[in-house]
Amino acid sequence: MRRFALIAIPYFWLLALFLVPFAIVFKISLSDIALSIPPYLPQLELAKGWEGFTKFLGALDFENFEFLMMDDLYYKAYLSSLKIAAISTFLTLLIGYPIAYAMTRASEEWRPTLLMLVILPFWTSFLIRVYAWIGILGQEGFLNQTLMFLGLTSDPLIILNTPIAVYIGIVYTYLPFMVLPIYSALEKLDDRLLEAAEDLGCSRIKAFWLVTFPLSRGGIIAGCFLVFIPTLGEFVIPSLLGGSNTLMIGKVLWDEFFSNRDWPLASAVAVILLLILIIPIILFQRNEQKQRESEG
Amino acid sequence: MRRLTWFNTTSLTLGFAFLYLPMVILVIYSFNSSKLVTVWAGFSTKWYGELMRNEAFLDAAWVTIKVAVLSSTFATVLGTLAAYVLVRAGRFWGRTLFSGMIYAPLVMPEVITGLSLLLLFIGIGLDRGVMTIVLAHTTFSMCYVSVVVSSRLATFEMSLEEAALDLGSTPFEAFRLVTLPIIAPAVISGWLLAFTLSLDDLVIASFTSGPSATTLPIKIFSAVRLGVSPEINALSTIMIAIVTIGVISASLISKRAAVRQRLEEQQAVRS
Repeated sequence: MRRFALIAIPYFWLLALFLVPFAIVFKISLSDIALSIPPYLPQLELAKGWEGFTKFLGALDFENFEFLMMDDLYYKAYLSSLKIAAISTFLTLLIGYPIAYAMTRASEEWRPTLLMLVILPFWTSFLIRVYAWIGILGQEGFLNQTLMFLGLTSDPLIILNTPIAVYIGIVYTYLPFMVLPIYSALEKLDDRLLEAAEDLGCSRIKAFWLVTFPLSRGGIIAGCFLVFIPTLGEFVIPSLLGGSNTLMIGKVLWDEFFSNRDWPLASAVAVILLLILIIPIILFQRNEQKQRESEG
Repeated sequence: MRRLTWFNTTSLTLGFAFLYLPMVILVIYSFNSSKLVTVWAGFSTKWYGELMRNEAFLDAAWVTIKVAVLSSTFATVLGTLAAYVLVRAGRFWGRTLFSGMIYAPLVMPEVITGLSLLLLFIGIGLDRGVMTIVLAHTTFSMCYVSVVVSSRLATFEMSLEEAALDLGSTPFEAFRLVTLPIIAPAVISGWLLAFTLSLDDLVIASFTSGPSATTLPIKIFSAVRLGVSPEINALSTIMIAIVTIGVISASLISKRAAVRQRLEEQQAVRS
């Protein structure tokens, strides 16, 4: 009995506040927009009993999904989110790997400090870290002032409100998510393997590509998913740094909900985003499982 | 074998410069006396004064702290319970669903979580305000807490609890006297994580808050949309300072605790 209560409390909390809301999103994505409060139809009329329920089911349709397919704004937004997420994941890997690698090469007493320096930005506000770049990348921002002072450019570069600013913002805020898993994979690496490779005539660079890099693959995969998955639905970065010409689906959903007040369409956008995310999420889980099994 | 070549030193230097320079610039410009954030016009702390007189920001800060304290506390209780169930309860009906519901919110886009919770609150006719934000934050941060706590629970032997049970304690006593002290550091860091997640959240709070409750991130976001402002720089500096002091002191405390624990273990072995 006690065991039942122990399980039931967190279980029902998550059912009620995580799973049921998704069912509601799915239901509303099949409804129609209406000028009422809440702004969608049909409403389930429980008072009418079974007849009300069947009438309610009959009024549901896939109109919103058809609309999403027809209007090219939406599939362009999905495609551009996928593109931005993929490119910025690759850039984060390119910048994060050397940092993680260098951290494992540092002396034993330095490593905890370096680790804390990587984690510290993660604890500071995400919003503030994105905001900091507005002041740097703007036309009269810090970067342009420095470049013009050094005489490297005569006209200010236009970076803010372009996709480049979005890439910079994503790489900057998600860098710790890439560095940490790669670091923990590299730290477990047995140095004797590298010594053996060099004894057998490998150059240092060849030893890296043949030994170190393949053995850190689990960390690389984990890091890439940890950047790619949240970036896909990102809202704050594109809306603060991206300007109006950066199309991302998180922003489309937000505008659909808050500006157009089209709740059914916003729900349909969410349902499709969720379907797209299922594949990388499952792959990520599988990678984690494999890591755990190889350790245990 | 482990050595820092020039390549490694360069990537560390550039990497940390990239991570920290934007925040350093932000902090420096918060002491700029000019209203134009891009022109340096001398040192001044006037924006901090302005901030302290700004009622709207102070109200929002108060709401944010209230939400963060409440939601992180609920999340810690629920998350620890969930971790215990996940690691210790063995098989039960719907266990896969349960662990899925623990891990899914960690990777769920915030816009989807926010939208779905809002539709739930509207559906059951709950007035949006502080309470709905607390419910929403509790739900996603309890998952983070349970991941942190369950990784600690998985690494220590169940036999310790079994010994306590054999010696006649009730299951609750075994949990309180044996399990809880061992997992306490993980529970505390879980609480801290939940607290900062709640302080930081813009998207989910925007969906689930009503006109009566505006949190600091919502306030900052609407101010920042209009561009850089020295007051926001000052506010950011205060928040960065609080987090830095908090993280450094927490890591010092946990280091001291680890040293003490090792000493105690050595003494126990000797006697």
